[in-house]
Amino acid sequence: MGKFQKKRGKAKPTISTASLPDIIFMLLFFFMVVTVLRESEEKVAQSLPEATELTKLEKKSLVNYLLVGKPVQKYQNTYGTKPQLQLGDKFADIKEIPLFIEKHRSKVNEKEIPAIISSLKIDGDVTMGIVTDIKTELRKSGQLKVNYSAKKRVD
Amino acid sequence: MARKRDRNAPEVNAGSMADIAFLLLIFFLVTTTIAVDSGVLVKLPPWSNEPPPEMKLNSRNVYSVLVNANNDLLVRGEPKSIDDLRADTKEFIMNPKKLDNMAEKPTKAIISLKNDRGTSYNTYLEVYNELKAAYNELRNEEANKRYGKDYSYIDRVKQKEIREMIPLVISEAEPTNFGEEN
Repeated sequence: MGKFQKKRGKAKPTISTASLPDIIFMLLFFFMVVTVLRESEEKVAQSLPEATELTKLEKKSLVNYLLVGKPVQKYQNTYGTKPQLQLGDKFADIKEIPLFIEKHRSKVNEKEIPAIISSLKIDGDVTMGIVTDIKTELRKSGQLKVNYSAKKRVD
Repeated sequence: MARKRDRNAPEVNAGSMADIAFLLLIFFLVTTTIAVDSGVLVKLPPWSNEPPPEMKLNSRNVYSVLVNANNDLLVRGEPKSIDDLRADTKEFIMNPKKLDNMAEKPTKAIISLKNDRGTSYNTYLEVYNELKAAYNELRNEEANKRYGKDYSYIDRVKQKEIREMIPLVISEAEPTNFGEEN
Protein backbone atom coordinates (compact mmCIF):
# COMPACT_ATOMS: atom_id res chain seq x y z
CA MET A 1 0.00 0.00 0.00
CA GLY A 2 2.71 2.33 1.02
CA LYS A 3 4.55 1.50 -2.16
CA PHE A 4 1.78 2.89 -4.35
CA GLN A 5 1.46 6.13 -2.45
CA LYS A 6 5.11 6.85 -2.88
CA LYS A 7 4.93 6.50 -6.66
CA ARG A 8 1.92 8.76 -7.05
CA GLY A 9 3.64 11.49 -5.20
CA LYS A 10 6.60 11.47 -7.55
CA ALA A 11 5.00 11.65 -11.09
CA LYS A 12 2.90 14.72 -11.85
CA PRO A 13 -0.51 13.77 -13.26
CA THR A 14 -0.62 15.58 -16.61
CA ILE A 15 -2.75 14.64 -19.60
CA SER A 16 -0.52 13.81 -22.51
CA THR A 17 -1.04 16.24 -25.38
CA ALA A 18 0.97 14.10 -27.74
CA SER A 19 -2.16 12.57 -29.28
CA LEU A 20 -3.81 15.93 -29.96
CA PRO A 21 -2.12 16.37 -33.34
CA ASP A 22 -3.35 12.91 -34.27
CA ILE A 23 -6.90 13.96 -33.53
CA ILE A 24 -6.53 17.14 -35.58
CA PHE A 25 -4.91 15.22 -38.43
CA MET A 26 -7.81 12.82 -38.34
CA LEU A 27 -10.17 15.77 -38.73
CA LEU A 28 -8.09 17.08 -41.61
CA PHE A 29 -8.12 13.73 -43.36
CA PHE A 30 -11.82 13.33 -42.77
CA PHE A 31 -12.58 16.61 -44.49
CA MET A 32 -10.11 15.90 -47.27
CA VAL A 33 -11.79 12.58 -48.02
CA VAL A 34 -15.36 13.82 -47.67
CA THR A 35 -14.96 16.94 -49.81
CA VAL A 36 -16.04 16.23 -53.36
CA LEU A 37 -14.44 18.61 -55.77
CA ARG A 38 -15.69 17.23 -59.04
CA GLU A 39 -17.91 14.23 -59.52
CA SER A 40 -16.49 13.04 -62.77
CA GLU A 41 -13.65 13.56 -65.15
CA GLU A 42 -14.37 15.91 -68.02
CA LYS A 43 -13.83 13.98 -71.19
CA VAL A 44 -15.02 16.76 -73.46
CA ALA A 45 -13.53 20.21 -73.90
CA GLN A 46 -15.39 22.80 -71.91
CA SER A 47 -14.99 26.46 -72.63
CA LEU A 48 -18.28 27.73 -71.32
CA PRO A 49 -19.93 30.81 -72.82
CA GLU A 50 -20.30 33.98 -70.82
CA ALA A 51 -23.55 35.50 -69.63
CA THR A 52 -24.86 38.04 -67.17
CA GLU A 53 -28.27 36.73 -66.10
CA LEU A 54 -27.00 33.86 -63.99
CA THR A 55 -28.76 31.69 -61.46
CA LYS A 56 -26.76 29.67 -58.99
CA LEU A 57 -27.39 25.97 -58.61
CA GLU A 58 -27.95 25.57 -54.91
CA LYS A 59 -28.84 21.96 -54.16
CA LYS A 60 -26.22 19.70 -55.67
CA SER A 61 -28.24 16.54 -55.10
CA LEU A 62 -31.02 17.86 -57.33
CA VAL A 63 -28.75 18.62 -60.27
CA ASN A 64 -27.68 16.33 -63.06
CA TYR A 65 -25.00 17.26 -65.53
CA LEU A 66 -25.01 16.86 -69.27
CA LEU A 67 -21.70 17.78 -70.85
CA VAL A 68 -21.31 18.53 -74.52
CA GLY A 69 -18.18 19.39 -76.42
CA LYS A 70 -15.33 18.08 -78.52
CA PRO A 71 -13.64 15.05 -76.97
CA VAL A 72 -10.34 16.02 -75.36
CA GLN A 73 -7.06 15.05 -77.05
CA LYS A 74 -6.65 11.56 -75.59
CA TYR A 75 -10.13 10.43 -76.62
CA GLN A 76 -10.02 11.88 -80.11
CA ASN A 77 -8.67 8.67 -81.66
CA THR A 78 -11.70 6.71 -80.47
CA TYR A 79 -14.44 9.30 -80.57
CA GLY A 80 -13.32 11.73 -83.26
CA THR A 81 -13.52 15.49 -83.04
CA LYS A 82 -17.23 15.96 -83.49
CA PRO A 83 -19.10 17.28 -80.44
CA GLN A 84 -20.07 14.46 -78.11
CA LEU A 85 -22.39 14.10 -75.17
CA GLN A 86 -21.00 12.98 -71.83
CA LEU A 87 -23.34 11.62 -69.17
CA GLY A 88 -21.81 10.89 -65.80
CA ASP A 89 -18.25 9.89 -66.54
CA LYS A 90 -18.69 8.29 -69.94
CA PHE A 91 -19.57 9.22 -73.48
CA ALA A 92 -23.17 8.57 -74.33
CA ASP A 93 -25.64 8.70 -77.14
CA ILE A 94 -28.44 11.24 -77.06
CA LYS A 95 -30.90 8.32 -76.90
CA GLU A 96 -29.55 7.43 -73.46
CA ILE A 97 -30.76 10.68 -71.88
CA PRO A 98 -34.20 9.42 -70.70
CA LEU A 99 -32.56 6.52 -68.86
CA PHE A 100 -30.00 8.87 -67.32
CA ILE A 101 -32.75 11.21 -66.11
CA GLU A 102 -34.79 8.28 -64.79
CA LYS A 103 -31.79 6.93 -62.88
CA HIS A 104 -31.28 10.27 -61.21
CA ARG A 105 -34.96 10.56 -60.35
CA SER A 106 -34.98 7.20 -58.62
CA LYS A 107 -32.26 8.43 -56.26
CA VAL A 108 -34.19 11.55 -55.30
CA ASN A 109 -37.01 11.92 -52.80
CA GLU A 110 -40.31 11.72 -54.67
CA LYS A 111 -41.44 15.16 -53.54
CA GLU A 112 -38.31 16.77 -54.86
CA ILE A 113 -38.49 15.35 -58.38
CA PRO A 114 -40.10 18.48 -59.87
CA ALA A 115 -37.22 20.53 -58.50
CA ILE A 116 -34.55 18.60 -60.41
CA ILE A 117 -32.50 20.80 -62.70
CA SER A 118 -30.47 19.59 -65.64
CA SER A 119 -27.27 21.54 -65.97
CA LEU A 120 -26.20 21.70 -69.59
CA LYS A 121 -22.49 22.32 -69.74
CA ILE A 122 -21.99 23.03 -73.37
CA ASP A 123 -18.85 24.22 -75.07
CA GLY A 124 -19.41 27.59 -76.72
CA ASP A 125 -18.17 26.42 -80.12
CA VAL A 126 -20.74 23.64 -80.44
CA THR A 127 -23.47 24.22 -83.01
CA MET A 128 -27.12 24.29 -82.04
CA GLY A 129 -27.95 21.03 -83.85
CA ILE A 130 -26.86 18.69 -81.07
CA VAL A 131 -28.13 21.13 -78.44
CA THR A 132 -31.60 21.09 -79.99
CA ASP A 133 -31.62 17.29 -80.10
CA ILE A 134 -30.69 17.17 -76.42
CA LYS A 135 -33.38 19.69 -75.55
CA THR A 136 -35.97 17.64 -77.44
CA GLU A 137 -34.90 14.50 -75.60
CA LEU A 138 -35.13 16.30 -72.26
CA ARG A 139 -38.59 17.57 -73.07
CA LYS A 140 -39.68 14.07 -74.03
CA SER A 141 -38.53 12.75 -70.67
CA GLY A 142 -40.34 15.54 -68.87
CA GLN A 143 -37.19 17.19 -67.60
CA LEU A 144 -38.12 20.81 -68.23
CA LYS A 145 -35.95 22.73 -65.81
CA VAL A 146 -32.71 23.41 -67.56
CA ASN A 147 -29.73 25.51 -66.69
CA TYR A 148 -27.36 26.56 -69.48
CA SER A 149 -24.10 26.63 -67.62
CA ALA A 150 -22.19 29.84 -68.17
CA LYS A 151 -19.47 31.93 -66.65
CA LYS A 152 -20.05 35.37 -65.27
CA ARG A 153 -19.19 38.01 -67.81
CA VAL A 154 -16.77 40.57 -66.50
CA ASP A 155 -17.24 43.89 -68.20
CA MET B 1 22.65 10.82 -13.19
CA ALA B 2 22.29 7.95 -15.60
CA ARG B 3 19.60 6.41 -13.48
CA LYS B 4 17.63 9.60 -13.45
CA ARG B 5 17.66 9.95 -17.27
CA ASP B 6 16.41 6.40 -17.63
CA ARG B 7 13.37 7.09 -15.56
CA ASN B 8 11.94 9.99 -17.61
CA ALA B 9 13.38 10.00 -21.10
CA PRO B 10 13.82 13.48 -22.67
CA GLU B 11 10.86 14.07 -24.97
CA VAL B 12 10.31 16.71 -27.61
CA ASN B 13 7.35 18.80 -26.56
CA ALA B 14 4.54 17.62 -28.85
CA GLY B 15 2.00 20.13 -27.61
CA SER B 16 2.60 22.54 -30.43
CA MET B 17 2.06 19.85 -33.07
CA ALA B 18 -1.67 20.36 -32.64
CA ASP B 19 -1.27 24.04 -33.41
CA ILE B 20 0.65 23.25 -36.57
CA ALA B 21 -2.01 20.80 -37.69
CA PHE B 22 -4.71 23.33 -36.88
CA LEU B 23 -2.90 25.96 -38.89
CA LEU B 24 -2.80 23.57 -41.86
CA LEU B 25 -6.47 22.73 -41.45
CA ILE B 26 -7.49 26.38 -41.32
CA PHE B 27 -5.25 27.28 -44.25
CA PHE B 28 -6.93 24.67 -46.44
CA LEU B 29 -10.38 25.58 -45.19
CA VAL B 30 -9.81 29.20 -46.18
CA THR B 31 -8.11 28.65 -49.53
CA THR B 32 -10.47 25.97 -50.85
CA THR B 33 -13.21 27.49 -52.92
CA ILE B 34 -15.86 25.01 -53.88
CA ALA B 35 -16.91 25.98 -57.37
CA VAL B 36 -20.60 26.83 -57.50
CA ASP B 37 -22.13 26.15 -60.86
CA SER B 38 -24.21 28.90 -62.29
CA GLY B 39 -25.96 29.49 -65.54
CA VAL B 40 -28.97 30.79 -67.38
CA LEU B 41 -32.09 29.09 -66.03
CA VAL B 42 -34.62 28.13 -68.66
CA LYS B 43 -37.94 26.33 -68.51
CA LEU B 44 -38.56 24.18 -71.56
CA PRO B 45 -42.06 23.69 -72.90
CA PRO B 46 -43.55 20.23 -72.34
CA TRP B 47 -43.30 17.81 -75.24
CA SER B 48 -46.39 16.85 -77.18
CA ASN B 49 -46.62 14.73 -80.27
CA GLU B 50 -49.33 16.81 -81.83
CA PRO B 51 -48.35 20.00 -83.57
CA PRO B 52 -49.07 23.06 -81.46
CA PRO B 53 -52.45 24.65 -82.11
CA GLU B 54 -52.48 27.50 -84.57
CA MET B 55 -52.62 30.69 -82.67
CA LYS B 56 -53.81 33.91 -84.13
CA LEU B 57 -51.35 36.46 -82.96
CA ASN B 58 -51.37 40.07 -83.81
CA SER B 59 -48.04 40.61 -85.50
CA ARG B 60 -47.49 43.79 -83.55
CA ASN B 61 -47.18 41.69 -80.39
CA VAL B 62 -44.58 39.33 -81.77
CA TYR B 63 -40.92 40.14 -81.53
CA SER B 64 -39.25 37.67 -83.81
CA VAL B 65 -35.55 37.04 -83.51
CA LEU B 66 -33.80 34.86 -86.05
CA VAL B 67 -30.22 33.74 -85.66
CA ASN B 68 -28.80 32.12 -88.76
CA ALA B 69 -25.90 29.74 -89.28
CA ASN B 70 -23.54 32.69 -89.80
CA ASN B 71 -24.54 33.98 -86.37
CA ASP B 72 -26.25 37.04 -87.87
CA LEU B 73 -29.38 38.41 -86.28
CA LEU B 74 -32.60 39.24 -88.03
CA VAL B 75 -34.99 41.06 -85.72
CA ARG B 76 -38.50 41.71 -87.02
CA GLY B 77 -37.23 41.45 -90.57
CA GLU B 78 -34.24 43.70 -90.14
CA PRO B 79 -30.61 42.89 -89.44
CA LYS B 80 -29.49 43.97 -86.00
CA SER B 81 -26.42 43.80 -83.84
CA ILE B 82 -26.50 41.91 -80.56
CA ASP B 83 -25.38 45.05 -78.73
CA ASP B 84 -28.62 46.83 -79.61
CA LEU B 85 -30.87 43.87 -78.86
CA ARG B 86 -31.44 44.51 -75.18
CA ALA B 87 -32.53 48.14 -75.52
CA ASP B 88 -34.66 47.34 -78.55
CA THR B 89 -36.42 44.48 -76.75
CA LYS B 90 -37.15 46.67 -73.77
CA GLU B 91 -38.65 49.33 -75.98
CA PHE B 92 -40.77 46.76 -77.78
CA ILE B 93 -42.21 45.30 -74.58
CA MET B 94 -43.01 48.53 -72.80
CA ASN B 95 -43.85 50.55 -75.90
CA PRO B 96 -43.41 53.89 -74.14
CA LYS B 97 -44.45 55.95 -77.15
CA LYS B 98 -47.54 53.79 -77.78
CA LEU B 99 -46.51 53.04 -81.33
CA ASP B 100 -48.84 50.75 -83.22
CA ASN B 101 -46.08 48.41 -84.39
CA MET B 102 -45.02 47.42 -80.89
CA ALA B 103 -46.61 45.39 -78.11
CA GLU B 104 -50.06 46.53 -76.98
CA LYS B 105 -49.05 45.88 -73.40
CA PRO B 106 -46.28 43.86 -71.74
CA THR B 107 -48.57 40.91 -71.00
CA LYS B 108 -49.28 40.46 -74.69
CA ALA B 109 -45.69 40.66 -75.87
CA ILE B 110 -44.21 37.42 -77.16
CA ILE B 111 -40.60 36.88 -78.06
CA SER B 112 -40.13 34.35 -80.79
CA LEU B 113 -36.64 32.92 -81.07
CA LYS B 114 -35.55 30.81 -83.96
CA ASN B 115 -32.17 29.53 -84.95
CA ASP B 116 -30.46 27.25 -87.45
CA ARG B 117 -28.87 23.97 -86.52
CA GLY B 118 -25.60 25.55 -87.53
CA THR B 119 -25.87 28.52 -85.18
CA SER B 120 -23.08 28.52 -82.66
CA TYR B 121 -24.07 27.92 -79.06
CA ASN B 122 -22.10 31.00 -78.00
CA THR B 123 -24.30 33.26 -80.09
CA TYR B 124 -27.48 31.50 -79.11
CA LEU B 125 -26.80 31.88 -75.43
CA GLU B 126 -25.72 35.48 -75.87
CA VAL B 127 -28.99 36.30 -77.60
CA TYR B 128 -31.00 34.40 -74.99
CA ASN B 129 -29.09 36.19 -72.26
CA GLU B 130 -29.86 39.59 -73.80
CA LEU B 131 -33.57 38.79 -74.07
CA LYS B 132 -33.68 37.60 -70.49
CA ALA B 133 -31.69 40.63 -69.38
CA ALA B 134 -34.22 42.91 -71.04
CA TYR B 135 -37.00 41.36 -68.98
CA ASN B 136 -34.98 41.39 -65.79
CA GLU B 137 -34.16 45.06 -66.26
CA LEU B 138 -37.79 45.93 -66.88
CA ARG B 139 -38.87 44.07 -63.76
CA ASN B 140 -36.18 45.82 -61.81
CA GLU B 141 -37.29 49.21 -63.07
CA GLU B 142 -40.89 48.43 -62.18
CA ALA B 143 -39.92 47.26 -58.70
CA ASN B 144 -37.89 50.40 -58.16
CA LYS B 145 -40.74 52.57 -59.32
CA ARG B 146 -43.27 50.88 -57.05
CA TYR B 147 -41.33 49.96 -53.98
CA GLY B 148 -38.03 51.78 -54.32
CA LYS B 149 -36.13 48.50 -54.16
CA ASP B 150 -34.58 46.09 -56.63
CA TYR B 151 -36.67 43.16 -57.81
CA SER B 152 -34.61 40.62 -55.91
CA TYR B 153 -35.07 42.49 -52.62
CA ILE B 154 -38.87 42.66 -52.53
CA ASP B 155 -40.97 39.85 -51.07
CA ARG B 156 -42.38 36.98 -53.07
CA VAL B 157 -45.93 38.26 -53.35
CA LYS B 158 -44.77 41.52 -54.84
CA GLN B 159 -42.36 39.68 -57.10
CA LYS B 160 -45.19 37.58 -58.41
CA GLU B 161 -47.25 40.70 -59.02
CA ILE B 162 -44.51 42.18 -61.15
CA ARG B 163 -43.86 38.86 -62.86
CA GLU B 164 -47.50 38.73 -63.90
CA MET B 165 -47.35 42.27 -65.13
CA ILE B 166 -44.26 41.63 -67.22
CA PRO B 167 -44.34 37.92 -68.01
CA LEU B 168 -41.34 36.37 -69.69
CA VAL B 169 -42.57 34.61 -72.80
CA ILE B 170 -39.84 33.31 -75.05
CA SER B 171 -41.15 30.91 -77.60
CA GLU B 172 -38.60 28.82 -79.42
CA ALA B 173 -39.39 27.42 -82.80
CA GLU B 174 -37.92 24.24 -84.19
CA PRO B 175 -34.65 25.17 -85.85
CA THR B 176 -34.11 24.98 -89.56
CA ASN B 177 -31.55 22.58 -90.91
CA PHE B 178 -29.03 25.06 -92.19
CA GLY B 179 -25.33 24.94 -91.83
CA GLU B 180 -24.82 21.90 -89.65
CA GLU B 181 -21.38 20.43 -90.03
CA ASN B 182 -21.35 16.70 -90.47
